Amino acid sequence: MTTKGTGRTRRGFLVDMARTACGVALLGAGVGLYSRQAASLPAEALRPPGALDEADFLGACVRCGLCVRDCPYDTLKLSALGDNVANGTPYFIARDIPCEMCPDIPCIKACPTGALDHALTDIDAARMGLAVVIDQESCIAFHGLRCEVCFNVCPVRGKAITLDMLHNPRSGKHALFIPVVHSDACTGCGKCEKSCILDEAAIKVLPAKLAKGLLGRHYRLGWKEKEAAGGSLVTPDEEHSYTLPEGMRYDYEGRGLIRDEPAGQGPYSDNPLETLKRGREGL
Amino acid sequence: MHPGMHPGSEAVTTKGWWKAHQWLLLRRVSQLGILALFLLGPLAGIWIVKGNIASSLTLDVLPLTDPYLALQMLLTGHGMEATALIGAAIVLVSYLLLGGRVYCAWVCPINIVTDAAAWLHQRLGIKRTAQFARHSRYWILGLTLLLALVTGTLAWELVNPVTIVYRGLIFGMGLAWVLLLAIFLFDLFVSRRGWCSHLCPVGAFYSLPGHFSLLRVSAVERNKCNDCMDCFTVCPEPQVIRPALKGASMGNGPVIMSGNCTNCGRCIDVCSKDVFRFDHRFDNSTSKPIAQKTEVMP
Repeated sequence: MTTKGTGRTRRGFLVDMARTACGVALLGAGVGLYSRQAASLPAEALRPPGALDEADFLGACVRCGLCVRDCPYDTLKLSALGDNVANGTPYFIARDIPCEMCPDIPCIKACPTGALDHALTDIDAARMGLAVVIDQESCIAFHGLRCEVCFNVCPVRGKAITLDMLHNPRSGKHALFIPVVHSDACTGCGKCEKSCILDEAAIKVLPAKLAKGLLGRHYRLGWKEKEAAGGSLVTPDEEHSYTLPEGMRYDYEGRGLIRDEPAGQGPYSDNPLETLKRGREGL
Repeated sequence: MHPGMHPGSEAVTTKGWWKAHQWLLLRRVSQLGILALFLLGPLAGIWIVKGNIASSLTLDVLPLTDPYLALQMLLTGHGMEATALIGAAIVLVSYLLLGGRVYCAWVCPINIVTDAAAWLHQRLGIKRTAQFARHSRYWILGLTLLLALVTGTLAWELVNPVTIVYRGLIFGMGLAWVLLLAIFLFDLFVSRRGWCSHLCPVGAFYSLPGHFSLLRVSAVERNKCNDCMDCFTVCPEPQVIRPALKGASMGNGPVIMSGNCTNCGRCIDVCSKDVFRFDHRFDNSTSKPIAQKTEVMP
């Protein structure tokens, strides 16, 4: 591309420079656009504990694999070229091998760059994702069957997943034990997803940004505000008055409609036998 | 070089095969040895070195980090842990002593592939290939740094064949062999020595400390040169030889001072007159070879 000797004209020099610059710019456009594409991490690929936000992580991880080497459970793997995770970066698939939440967090200690945040020293504070009971149609707890495997394998047992007892309307006499995930305790380790007994897990760990809703900032839950303030913060509600027949009253937030009847004055005697024998006295 | 002979055959005749290939063999031992150290852990469970060429930990104490990656990381705006900074500093100092592009010739696995392509290119007698300007690599180096700054990610690492292949060898190839094959065919048919000597930004980066590094090849016995051109033929960066070998009349010393010399020592191997040897940058006085010349031929 360069001409030998001194026969190099200014025009030739500028054309050479322009040629190289344009070629390199084209390469840059390709790599730049590819990098945008490659930044889209699939939802099932979870980053190791303490990983920075995905955008920062991709600038901070040198793809050395030291976290992978120090993971005692072979949970972490490095994405190879052609995988759908930005190549060379560490990730794990909860359904394959979940994070065992080592208390000493060796993967973070191994990270030379801080792409895994060394400030995270309590594994319970890790937020690799958030478990979601994503398919209530197939989760057998919603059919009234006892399972509770996710509840029982959870390393933050009783906090990250609780069982809410509900009435079972199908049988009319049994309970449903519904697993409910709590984001304030769930680390996203994926043990629940791994151990879900279904062919395809009904509970899955998702990136928090997919799994979490956010209440509008202006929302205030009146009853909580009232409780916190120790009384109503607005003009107190007037006492409800109901226009009811004599002898009836209404207990709001309580027993509901109440018929005030002095004992023994109703249509039925206090002794149920008398009621049963009513009209048959002569027999 | 005589017709029907290959570069270095004269050296083989005068010095013997081993002597005419000693630096080449040592380089291969170094390249494969370093790779073997990395592989000893995952394959044999002997953990001497962990990680890969991007960042590693040797014997649980010595951290090493690629300073080129560290620089890109700084540009993304990420404040590194001390481990990576110390590791990058150690590597940088080592290359300031041993020669910047020692990385290319003695460590990088791609070099084996591109050397093979260049050798086959020579044997097949392919004459016409595209030539990129040698300064293209600095443009690409600039581009990779700009990409880090603009995207905030290590964008070049998504396509960098050097780290992808090394990582692939240690952690699982995936489709990395496609890149390897592409570079081989590119160097063989599209552009002779196109990747390592014209385009690769990793080599371009290491040539920068290479300008100041201590260990260098020197054409100490340049007065013995018989103009066989073998060194120019085998050298991946032949432009670096001329000022030292042929620059006596211009007042140049015999030491090859270009940052792009990879210290591969192949010129030492193929020279039947033993013109070259390893030396240091300060042993570069112009008077010495002339003084020797008067001694040899009084």
